[in-house]
Amino acid sequence: MTGFNLSQILHYQDLFLSGVLMTALLSCIVMFFGSIIGILGAVGVRWGPRPVQYALRAYVEVIRNTPGLIQLFIVFFVLPSFELRLPPFHAAAIAFSIYFGAYAIEIIRAGLDSIPRSQIEAGQCLGITRWEVFRHVICMPALRNIYPAFTSQIVLLVLGTSIASQISAEELFYMGSFVESRTYRSFEVYTFVCAIYLVMVLILKTVFAAGGRILFRWPAHD
Amino acid sequence: MALLEIANVRKSFGSLEVLKGVSLTVEPGEIIAIVGRSGSGKSTLLRCINALEGINSGEIRFRGEPVRQNMKNLRLLRQRMGIVFQSFNLFPHLKVERNVTLAPVLTGKVSKADARELALEVLTRVGLSEKIDAFPGQLSGGQQQRVAIARCLAMSPELMLFDEATSALDPELVGEVLRVIEDMARNDLTMILVTHEMNFARNVSTRLIFMNEGMVWEQGPPAELFANPKTEEFASFIRATKQA
Ligand SMILES: Nc1ncnc2c1ncn2[C@@H]1O[C@H](COP(=O)(O)OP(=O)(O)OP(=O)(O)O)[C@@H](O)[C@H]1O
Ligand SMILES: [Mg+2]
Repeated sequence: MTGFNLSQILHYQDLFLSGVLMTALLSCIVMFFGSIIGILGAVGVRWGPRPVQYALRAYVEVIRNTPGLIQLFIVFFVLPSFELRLPPFHAAAIAFSIYFGAYAIEIIRAGLDSIPRSQIEAGQCLGITRWEVFRHVICMPALRNIYPAFTSQIVLLVLGTSIASQISAEELFYMGSFVESRTYRSFEVYTFVCAIYLVMVLILKTVFAAGGRILFRWPAHD
Repeated sequence: MALLEIANVRKSFGSLEVLKGVSLTVEPGEIIAIVGRSGSGKSTLLRCINALEGINSGEIRFRGEPVRQNMKNLRLLRQRMGIVFQSFNLFPHLKVERNVTLAPVLTGKVSKADARELALEVLTRVGLSEKIDAFPGQLSGGQQQRVAIARCLAMSPELMLFDEATSALDPELVGEVLRVIEDMARNDLTMILVTHEMNFARNVSTRLIFMNEGMVWEQGPPAELFANPKTEEFASFIRATKQA
C-alpha cells in the first residue's frame, strides 16, 4: 500500500460502469413495481374490504419488521426449493419491490389520510365519480404531502440495492468487491464506490427537487 | 311540483338524535333562511339533503326523486344542487379556472374548449374574473368563498345550499359575499341558507325557519316571525342574537 492510487482500479472502469447501470436499472424497476404496490396497497388499506385491509396490514408489518437481507435470501435461496429458481438480478428485483412496496403503502396511506374529509366531500358534492375525486382532488395534494418522505425512501432504496451483492447480483457494490479481490486496493475501491453512490444520490435528489418545483406550484398553505 | 320535499326526517349519530322528525317543502324560487342555536341540527339537515349524511327514517325528495339511492343517480342529483361550506373547500392545487370548471368538464356539461369562457362568465357574476388564473391560496377568504359560489354556479344548479357561508370570514369580508348571494336571490335561484346573519336572513329570505332541538320549531315570512315570535324559544334566541 503506497498512498492513494486510483490508476489500478480505473483499469476496471467498464465493470464499474456496468455496475452503475445495474444499480440504476434495479432501482428503477423496484421504484416502478414498488410504487404500484404502494398505490394499490394504500387504496386497499383505505377503502378495500376488511379481509383485504387485514392482509395488507400483515404484509406491511412483516416486511417492515424483518431484515431486508433475509427477505432477499428467502426469495433467492428458499423459492428454488419450490421449483422457482430465479437469476440473482430477478430475485433482487422481486425481493426489493416487495420490501419497497411495504414502505410505500405506509407512506402513501399517510398521504391519503392527510387530505381533509371536507375536500373529498366538496368533490362528491359536485357530482363527480369517486375515481374522479381521487384523481383530481386527492392525488396531487396527497403527493405533495408525502413527497419528502417518499423521495427519501427512494434514496434509501438506491443505497440498499447494494445488499443484492450478497446473492451475486452484479450491481455496483458487487463489482467493487470483485475489483478489490483482484487488486487488493480496498481503500481506493471502497472510497471510489462510495463516491459513485454519493454522486448518484445527489443527481437523484436534484431531479426530485426539480420535479417537486414543477409539480407543486400552488401556495403551500391554503 | 315542489323542488324539495323533506318528510319527517330523523337522523342520529350513535345515541344522539340530531334531527327529530324534520318536515319541510321548498317551492322553486323560494329563499329559505334557517337560523337556530349551535347544535340544533342545521348543518346536519343540509348534509342530509345532498346525502353527505344518510338518514335513519323519513324521506327527502328532490323534484320527486328520492335522494337516497344508487351512486350513479345520486351523482346526477348532486350535479343539480350546489353547496357552499363555511370553510370554502376550494381545491388548493387547482387554479380558480380549474376549480370552477372541473365538474362541468368531467360531467360533460361543457367542452374543454369552452371551459374558460364558462369560468369567465360565472366569475364575472361573483366579481372575480381577474382572478381566473390565481390559486385559491392567493385569495382572501371572501374571494375564496365567492369562487366557491362560482364553482356551484358553473353547474347551473336548481337549488343552492349555504352552510354559514360567511361565518369563517373577517367582518370586513362578509359584505362582499352576502352581496353575491343577494344577487343570486334576485335571479330567482332557489336557495336554502343556514346563517347567523339575522339582518341578512330578514332582508333576503322569503321564508324564515327557526330550528330548535332537531325540529322545525317556527317558520313563516321573516318580518312577521321576527315581529311576533310564537314561542319563547325563538323569542329568547332573537334576544340572544341582538346582544351579540
Ligand atoms: N359526524 C358527527 N358525528 C357525531 N355527532 C355529530 C356529527 N355531526 C354533528 N354531530 C352532532 O350533531 C349535533 C348537531 O350538529 P350540527 O352541526 O347539525 O349543528 P348546527 O345547528 O349546524 O350547529 P352550528 O350552528 O354550531 O353549526 C351536534 O350536537 C353535533 O355535535
Ligand atoms: Mg353548522
